[in-house]
Amino acid sequence: MKRVYIGCGAGFSGDRFDAAGPVVDTLAASDGPRYLIYEVLAERTLAIAQRLRRNDPEAGYSPYLDHYIEPILGQAKASGVRIVSNMGAANPLGAARRVLALAADAGLTDLRVAVVTGDNLLAVHSVETIRDLPTIEGIGLADREIVAANAYLGARPIADALALGVDVVLVGRTTDAALVLGPLIHEFGWAADDWDRLAQGTMAGHLLECGGQVTGAYFADPGFKDVPDLAEVGFPIAEVSETGDIVITKAAHTGGLVSRATVIEQALYEIHDPANYLTPDVILDLSDISVEEIAPDRVRVTGAKGAPPPLTLKATISIDGGWLGEGEITYAGPNALARAELAASVIRRRCQILGIQEPVRVDIFGTGAVHDNDIGSKQSQGKFPVNGEYRVRAAVRSSAKKSAQQVSDEVLSLYCSGPAAGGGVRQYVTEHVSTASVLIDRDDVLPHVRAREVFT
Amino acid sequence: MTILEVPLHAIAHGRAGDKGNRSNISVVAYRPEAWDFVVDQVTADRVLDVFRHKGATACRRYELPNLGALNFVIDDALEGGVNGSLSIDGHGKTLSFLLLGEITVRVPTECLPDGSPYL
Repeated sequence: MKRVYIGCGAGFSGDRFDAAGPVVDTLAASDGPRYLIYEVLAERTLAIAQRLRRNDPEAGYSPYLDHYIEPILGQAKASGVRIVSNMGAANPLGAARRVLALAADAGLTDLRVAVVTGDNLLAVHSVETIRDLPTIEGIGLADREIVAANAYLGARPIADALALGVDVVLVGRTTDAALVLGPLIHEFGWAADDWDRLAQGTMAGHLLECGGQVTGAYFADPGFKDVPDLAEVGFPIAEVSETGDIVITKAAHTGGLVSRATVIEQALYEIHDPANYLTPDVILDLSDISVEEIAPDRVRVTGAKGAPPPLTLKATISIDGGWLGEGEITYAGPNALARAELAASVIRRRCQILGIQEPVRVDIFGTGAVHDNDIGSKQSQGKFPVNGEYRVRAAVRSSAKKSAQQVSDEVLSLYCSGPAAGGGVRQYVTEHVSTASVLIDRDDVLPHVRAREVFT
Repeated sequence: MTILEVPLHAIAHGRAGDKGNRSNISVVAYRPEAWDFVVDQVTADRVLDVFRHKGATACRRYELPNLGALNFVIDDALEGGVNGSLSIDGHGKTLSFLLLGEITVRVPTECLPDGSPYL
């Protein structure tokens, strides 16, 4: 029976640049159609890309495109490994041109690239229309400048792009799982109402989309969940048959592991109701899947069920999120806790004196701060060693850069004006993007979606 | 039969994910023997209590017996999430281990993996 082999080269923007090499090697030795996906487009990543494009019309695709594509492009082309990625971000066309340029540099003059466009709502809808869309998650949009607005497209346009016969497909906002389901629809010709197979394909995509998270990375807990050679964790490959059966495995000669436990953890990652995972292609019900180890590093996944998708698509609206100001300083040795607590109280008092209006959070790392709340309820109740090593962190969010910088600078000033022997100050003042999820009718988006080849 | 009182971490593992100000945390039993105890003892109310100090308002529990797993969806658990949290971990990625550490269970030793450091 025909099997399609789909590997993952990256699970987020900034994932390891050299992870795809062993995946391509393994795919090249497989005996069926083979694909390599890169999922590098978080909600905020897209908004940042949109900002970049405003300043430079050729920019706005993944800033890491060269890092990911250049090392493997020649071998992928030679081995018939087709690449599908959302590196297009806010500018799939610009990404395609960049890949063609990389190909030309490498002497690959016959490389063909296609893009999917139409996810960008700002291109076809007014800001007023977008503001009026019903919000399902995140903050209100009233009066805030919209940085980006993108609908999540499904797998069909990716399948359409592959049908053009290209080597590389670059998209902007699609569901992550569509990067895998698209090639499967293209190879098997699954019908738009073949719900259970579409569900299995979506399941495969969900398992692959975070890269090493299904092969032992982000899983290791020494003594409880041991993972061999995590530093060279192998990225995943899904082998999918025409009936939708999935085997999850990983690149040959790598570290990590694929087990029932690694697959189950990733299966439920970012899932709410397991019987109702909404995508533009299908509603995935994974509540009754079977996950079985059939050989070392080979796990079979079956039993996902599908139902018709909703009539609306989810879209992410990104708005200006103001500034986050942070500063950190360390106290160590005898009486370190008391010195850290004094530093925290000095920071709070200084923020009062400066008239900072926004809430300021002061953590003392070493006291369970990351699991605590803004007011430090647990720290004030806990018993912690008097001596040791504690790191104090102050944080504020403000629409004004000045306030964010002021709070951060108060930590810096502790070098000379705080308790004894504070060291290792680090400051971060960063601009942020906030997001809201809204619903938009499919019919307001899909007529604008196109898959086309890019020649120059 | 020896009964131990141990953190949930002794018998289950899990992973946290975020959507907005909502966290989902899976709890997966290492051994099938632990499933009934996890279902009985790791209730939505107990999980909600673990996150109340962060402002959590509701918790739903989904059961996946085929996988030996529970999935908890906790509303308002992230102090605003990546949109607004002042926590250094706005995604709440570390929260799976808060849950595994804070909730204790009373289980027979058979529920723990062989060679568990808790034995």
